[in-house]
Amino acid sequence: MIRGMIAIFRRELAGYFATPVAFVFIVIFLLLTGIFTFYVGAFFEQGQADLKPFFMFHPWLYLLLMPAIAMRLWAEERKTGSIELLLTLPIRLSAVVLGKFLAAWTFTAIALALTFPVWITVSYLGRPDQGVIVAGYLGSLLMAGGYLAICACLSATTHNQVIAFVLGVIVCLLFTVSGTPIVLDIITPWAPQALVETIASFSFLARFGSIVDGVIDLRDIVYFASLIIFWLYANAVVVEWRKAG
Amino acid sequence: MAMIEIKQLIMRFGTFTAVDGISFAVERGTVLGFLGPNGAGKSTTMKIITGFLAPTMGQVSVCGFDTAMAPVEAKRRIGYLPEGAPAYAEMTPREFLNFVADVRGLRRDDRRRKLDLAIERAGLGPVLEQPIDTLSKGFKRRVGLAQAILHDPDVLILDEPTDGLDPNQKFAVRALIKEMAATKAIVISTHILEEVEAVCTRSLIIARGRVLAEGTPLPDAGGWRFGEHQAAPGRLDAIFRRITTGENQHQEIAA
Repeated sequence: MIRGMIAIFRRELAGYFATPVAFVFIVIFLLLTGIFTFYVGAFFEQGQADLKPFFMFHPWLYLLLMPAIAMRLWAEERKTGSIELLLTLPIRLSAVVLGKFLAAWTFTAIALALTFPVWITVSYLGRPDQGVIVAGYLGSLLMAGGYLAICACLSATTHNQVIAFVLGVIVCLLFTVSGTPIVLDIITPWAPQALVETIASFSFLARFGSIVDGVIDLRDIVYFASLIIFWLYANAVVVEWRKAG
Repeated sequence: MAMIEIKQLIMRFGTFTAVDGISFAVERGTVLGFLGPNGAGKSTTMKIITGFLAPTMGQVSVCGFDTAMAPVEAKRRIGYLPEGAPAYAEMTPREFLNFVADVRGLRRDDRRRKLDLAIERAGLGPVLEQPIDTLSKGFKRRVGLAQAILHDPDVLILDEPTDGLDPNQKFAVRALIKEMAATKAIVISTHILEEVEAVCTRSLIIARGRVLAEGTPLPDAGGWRFGEHQAAPGRLDAIFRRITTGENQHQEIAA
């Protein structure tokens, strides 16, 4: 079963690099992180040796980039009919779902790893807390996994990649901003306290923010991990349920 | 033991009944032809046998494995060419077949031998390193066929294997099916009547989700018999029309 999952994983990962789109994507990702870090985030002007200006824009970048990575995972299989081939191979659906997700996640990890010059820059200029930076990278990757799991599931609902992308952005936006005044100001006046707190606790921004500050709370890690598991499970359910359509 | 055994299969999509109580069994050495108009339920039945769709009711077993209880075991023993021969367009046939071999868990010498044989049988040699989306329709179909026969399965399910091929390619695919027929149970679907005569040892006429007639060839290439109907060689079309539409029934029998 593991062997089948690895085969799926390798095919999907190679699929990203089969066209120039992967390289274009990585270049865009690096350009945007650069622009946000050095211009919008005012990395130099802050005069502090840390990567906060770098990490704090990741949720907003991922909001657009993760749906772009995950949109093809299932929608393309539906469009070309290859889903029929894939799901009649002797492999469990859970292994297919996991293989596809891990390929998208690995691709993201490669893009993220290529931001290492920023890390080198800050280490050259000052004496940053390396532990906080490592936590930031791991937190960022974990959060990216959350976005990807959401978008992979939504990709399975349609055979149109554009629709998969748009749905992904919308749902990711909800999870990103759920703890901010944008959402809380709307629901606080009428919703019961417990509901407000529950919705606020879904916020990627708040949880990622504390990780970037160097506060590694087990609850945040459990949150992202269970979010990924939940959406991957939903992904399998959607594929099973939408096969005929 | 029958290689494929289907009991009282029913498939509903909402209020539409695509398959309405089909039962049959296929033995080793049989090439069973599904014959029927478009939308008759041929493809849906194949999707259920291969485990892609779960039936609303009924039972399917492949080599003794119930497709609902032991789906992976059943799928291991099936080679399937879906309608339109879908594949991953950006891969080359070699990459694609390697991927299928990986998922199917073929290894070492056995893997190399089976890959070579499937490539040779499907005649993919000249296009092995070209992306699949640049191939002609005939070669794409052969890639799908190579993928289906790769693991030398006991059961082959081929949905319109010669659709869109030129006469020479059709001949080659039919020859390949006949070559493999002795050791396997093969089901093909088609709406080309000559194909049934060319390769099948048995045939089911399916329309509106039901089996309307079962046919077998008469000895000494003497045509086909479908129940009370008998067709001279090359004259299956009249019987097909009569059975699927019910028209001209009395005149023809009288004549």
